[in-house]
Amino acid sequence: MTTEAATIGLTHGGSEDTGLGHRGPESKSIVVPYGFWLFVLSDMILFSALFATYASLVTATDGGPTTNQLFDRTLVAIETMALLLSSFTCGLAMIAAKRKNMFWTQGWLIVTGLLGAVFLFIELYEFAMMIEEGAGPQRSAFLSSFFTLVGCHGAHVTAGLLWIGTMMAQIWAKGFKDHIIRRLLCLSVFWHALDIIWVAIFTIVYLIGTLP
Amino acid sequence: MTEDEDNLLDVAPGIPHSNIVSETVAYVIGLALALILTGVSFWVASTSTLWGPGVAVGLVVLAIAQMGVHLVFFLHITSGPDNTNNVLALAFGVLIVFLVMVGTIWIMAHMDANMAPDPAIMNLQMQH
Repeated sequence: MTTEAATIGLTHGGSEDTGLGHRGPESKSIVVPYGFWLFVLSDMILFSALFATYASLVTATDGGPTTNQLFDRTLVAIETMALLLSSFTCGLAMIAAKRKNMFWTQGWLIVTGLLGAVFLFIELYEFAMMIEEGAGPQRSAFLSSFFTLVGCHGAHVTAGLLWIGTMMAQIWAKGFKDHIIRRLLCLSVFWHALDIIWVAIFTIVYLIGTLP
Repeated sequence: MTEDEDNLLDVAPGIPHSNIVSETVAYVIGLALALILTGVSFWVASTSTLWGPGVAVGLVVLAIAQMGVHLVFFLHITSGPDNTNNVLALAFGVLIVFLVMVGTIWIMAHMDANMAPDPAIMNLQMQH
């Protein structure tokens, strides 16, 4: 029967291959974070378009303030440090979550969220100072692209903070169930990705922008 | 399914290793490398001992290196067989990011250099 079926192409040479490998489809714990990984990569492609826009418009200042006059490296260094440390503590939270340790998971998550909030606060302070000095997004094409690029990253961090709060509540209320762990894993991938994008921002926008 | 086949199963990005000490050490190494690369970036940008025109290129190289550190130590992207899907998706993402950024900057810089209107014409338009 098997050989007969093989000859008319119902199976693949008797290997019982379903086209999804010998094991069939992967489990949800693989498929869900993989799908989220694809989302994060497409998010990076979105940012690449914003970076390309910024690089094209960085000299289009329309007689207004330039990168060298606007950016403060000390603030950027503190922002960078806060986001890098929050990426690290997010990893520690994942290690604790894998061992279903409620105290350390919640503890590291709140440290992650607080460091993210420090980052966001400094960024908003910087934006407010720039707008006060008359260097708002309407001033020139350069400033429009600056606020779009850095503001988009800031919006992602805000979403990440809301997500961290949601996950802390879910872990508290529902415990370390499989689907909660999956969501937490997606959150950590999202948070690490934000730090990767910030590396590009502080290099291209702030450091190269303030070279003498 | 044998034990060997089990080891070849895919893993999702961001999944840590199995041992708590080696997991933590991996994050600490990643943090240390990222801190060093960030520190060098800020130093390179503010020092005057390096050849000026090369500084921007050096900063970009340092940034790419730091992104690699984040991918390996924080997102646990490896070259192992269980990571093939993650790496392939990443490679495609990097390709598109590269095309969008380099293509745009290249074309826009040439347009800017070759197609800028003559200053005399610009003045004429301003007077109307």
